Amino acid sequence: MRMDMPSRRIVSLALIASLWGALSAFSRLPDERQQPSAPAAAPAAPRPPAASLTRPASPAKPTGADGFIQRWLVLEPIRVPGQLTEVAVRSAVEKDFPVTAAPWPHDGDTLKVGENDLKWHAVDTLNYNVNLYHFAYALNKPTTNVLFWAVTVVNAPREMSGVRLAIGSNAASVWWVNGTEATALYNDRQAVIDDGVSKRLTLKQGANVIRAAIVNAGGATDFCARFLDENDRPIRTLTTTLTGR
Amino acid sequence: MPMTMSLAFRISRAAVAAACVLAPSVLALKGQPALDGQPGLHDPSTVIAENGKYYVYATGGGLPMSVSDDGWTWRRAGTLMQALPGGRPGPDVIARGGNNTWAPDLMRVGDKYFLYYSAPGTQPKSAIGLLVGKTLDPASPDYKWEDAGPVVWSDGVEDSNAIDPGVFRDPTNGTLWLTYGSYFGYIRLVELNPKTGKRMYPDRKPFNVAVNSEASIMIFRDGWYYLLVTHGSCCAGANSSYNIRMGRAKKVTGPFLDNMGIDMLQGGGRLFLGSSGRFVGPGHFGLLDLGDGVEKFSCHYEADLDRGGISVLDIRPLLWRDGWPVAGENVTSATYMIESARTGTALELAVQGTPVGGLRGRGGRGAPPAPGAAPPPPPAPIPAQEPSQVSANWPSGAGGARLAPYMVQAQQKWAVTAVPDKGGYPGSPFFKITIAGTDRTLAATADRELAVLPAFTGAPEQLWRVDQLADGTYRLMPKAIPNSQEPLALSAVGSSMPTLAKFDPKSDRQRWNMRTP
Repeated sequence: MRMDMPSRRIVSLALIASLWGALSAFSRLPDERQQPSAPAAAPAAPRPPAASLTRPASPAKPTGADGFIQRWLVLEPIRVPGQLTEVAVRSAVEKDFPVTAAPWPHDGDTLKVGENDLKWHAVDTLNYNVNLYHFAYALNKPTTNVLFWAVTVVNAPREMSGVRLAIGSNAASVWWVNGTEATALYNDRQAVIDDGVSKRLTLKQGANVIRAAIVNAGGATDFCARFLDENDRPIRTLTTTLTGR
Repeated sequence: MPMTMSLAFRISRAAVAAACVLAPSVLALKGQPALDGQPGLHDPSTVIAENGKYYVYATGGGLPMSVSDDGWTWRRAGTLMQALPGGRPGPDVIARGGNNTWAPDLMRVGDKYFLYYSAPGTQPKSAIGLLVGKTLDPASPDYKWEDAGPVVWSDGVEDSNAIDPGVFRDPTNGTLWLTYGSYFGYIRLVELNPKTGKRMYPDRKPFNVAVNSEASIMIFRDGWYYLLVTHGSCCAGANSSYNIRMGRAKKVTGPFLDNMGIDMLQGGGRLFLGSSGRFVGPGHFGLLDLGDGVEKFSCHYEADLDRGGISVLDIRPLLWRDGWPVAGENVTSATYMIESARTGTALELAVQGTPVGGLRGRGGRGAPPAPGAAPPPPPAPIPAQEPSQVSANWPSGAGGARLAPYMVQAQQKWAVTAVPDKGGYPGSPFFKITIAGTDRTLAATADRELAVLPAFTGAPEQLWRVDQLADGTYRLMPKAIPNSQEPLALSAVGSSMPTLAKFDPKSDRQRWNMRTP
C-alpha cells in the first residue's frame, strides 16, 4: 500500500446492487426470529456519541491485556442487501473495494459509494470488541443490511512468524493482512473471540496493514481481532496506529 | 477351584497355546478386528514398548514372544527361553513348581527388565520364577535373560496357586509389588526389591487381596489403587466365561472394594470387560501407557469367532469415568461427523453449505384440525444429503478445511475407513478420512495446516491415527507431515479453524467427538 498518496481523495465505487443477483436462494431463513427489526427512521437531531467508542487521543495504542486491537478507522456503513452467504459476502468485498490499490484513508476522509459520501472515523474501543451498532447509531446511520469497512495498522517490534489473526464478527466478515486474505466467516453469527482464525502467517517488523469487511443483516453488529502466537496465546506487544508506515 | 480341575486347566492352557502358534494371519479388515498379522496367543503379559517396537509374551513352551513394529501388525518371534541357558526354567524354579511356562508379566526397572512367569507343576503346586534381562530385542548384542530363581511359590496345600504374576510399581513412592494367584485360595500381594526383583521381605506373610479369580494386576490413578483380575473359566474357546473385574482401594494392600462395596476378598469385582461382539472371554488385563494421557489396555479373548475361535491379543483404549477405568472401543470404519470438543463446531470441506432438505420452515403452525378430524400425518423424514446433490460448486482441485456449525451437511460427513497394508498403531490400522460419497481426502500439509485433496493416494500425510482418549473423545494425528518429523494432532485453534498442533493432554483443542450423522 502506498502511504504517501493524497489523503483527501474521494473514491467512487461501482454500484454494488447488481452483484446480489447471484445470491443463494437459502440465505434468508423463513423464521422471523432471524429477521432484524427495521430500524427506526434516523432522527434529525444529533445523537450522543457511542458509549463504547472514543476518539484516539494518542499517536499509538498498545494492544490490550488480552491482545485485542482497539484502534480502527471505520467507514460509515454501506447499504447492502444484508445476505450472509459466502457467495454474497465475497461478491461484495472482492469486487467493490480496492483492497490493494486504495489510498490510505484518514480520519474524516470521504469515500463516495454510489450516491453516498461516506466518512472514515478513527475510533478507540473501550472494550475488547468494536461495537459497530454503537458506531452507526451514534452517527444516525443504518445498522441493518450494511457493510462496514475497518482498517488499522499493527506495528510489530520484530518479525513474528507462525502467528495467527484471530477474529470474531457479527455477522459475516473477511479479513486481510498486508493485502493477503487471512480468514473469513460467513452466515449469521455472533462475535465470539477467536471464532475465525487464520493459518500461520508472518508479521513484518514495523507496520502491518489489517483490513476487514463486516456484513450485518440485522440486530447487533460488532467485531474483535487479535493476534495469537505459536502457542495460541494472545500477543500483547503490538501497537496500533492509523497512519501506516 | 477343585483340585480335579487343575490338571484339566493345565492341559487346556497348553492346548490353547499350541493352537495359537498355528494361528493364521487375518489380513482382511473387518468392522473391529483384534489386531492384524499373528495376534494369536493366550495369557499375554503387559505389552512393552522398546525403541519403537512392541513386545508381548504369553503362555506356552519357552514363553512365546510376539513383536510388532507399530502395535497393530504382530508376528511370532520365537520364545523368550531360547535366550536362556538350557531353554527352560531354572532348577530351583522347577523344584518349587514345575517345568511349564505360563502367563508371564514384566516391567522395566532402572536399566533392566524383570520378567516373572508361572512355572506350575501339578496345581496348586506352582512357582513364579524371575528372569532378568537388559533388552527385549533379540537382535541386540545385549540380549540375554538370566534365571534369578523362584520369587513366590505355593506348596500344593496352602490356599494359594502361585501362577499369573502381575507386577506393579507404586508411583507414589516407587515401591514394587507382585500380585499372583489363581482360583485356589487367594490372590496374594508381596513387595519386591527394586534392585533384585526378588521379595523385599521374604519372611513376611503375603497380603491376601482377592479370591475366586486369576490374572491379577494393579494400576494407580488419582489416589486410588485398582486391582484388576479375571473371573470365570478359561481355555475352552467360545465356551469360556472369562471376564475382567476390578476393585479399588486407598492403600496398596487393600481392602479392594467394588462399586457395590463388596470386598474382592469376598468375591466382589466390578465388571471392566466381558464378552462382546464376536469376541468371547476377555482376560489378562495389561496397561499400555503411551504418554500424554493416552492409555491403552491389552487383553486376550478366549475366542475370536472371526478367526476360527482361537485366542487372540487385543489392544483397546482405556477410558476413565467416575473414578473407574472403562474399556474403550477402537474406532471402526464408518461415516462420522468430526466435532471439536473445544468449540462444538464440525470439521468440513470449506464450501458454502446447503440446508439438508432445502429451505424449510420449522412447521407446526397450521390451523388445528377440526373437531373429530384425524390429525395430519407426521412430516416425512428428510433423506440424508448426498454430495451429488450439492457439490456442483465444490472445487475440482484441493479445497480447504474449516469448522462450522454442525448441520449434517454433505461437506461435513467424513468416511473414516481403515486402510489395509499401510500399518497402524497400538490397537488400530491407519485410516483415510474422506468426504463420504467422494474420494476427497483430508491431508496434512507442509505448512502444518490441512487440505482436502481431490483423491486419496495413500500418501502418509493422508493416513490418520485415531486414538480414543480417557474421556471418550478422540485424538486424530496424521501418520506423517511433509518435511516434518514432529508429531502433531488435529487441533481447533478457534471455532472455525482446524490446524495441526502439538497434542496438549490438558486442553480440549485436540479433542474430537466422532458422532454418527
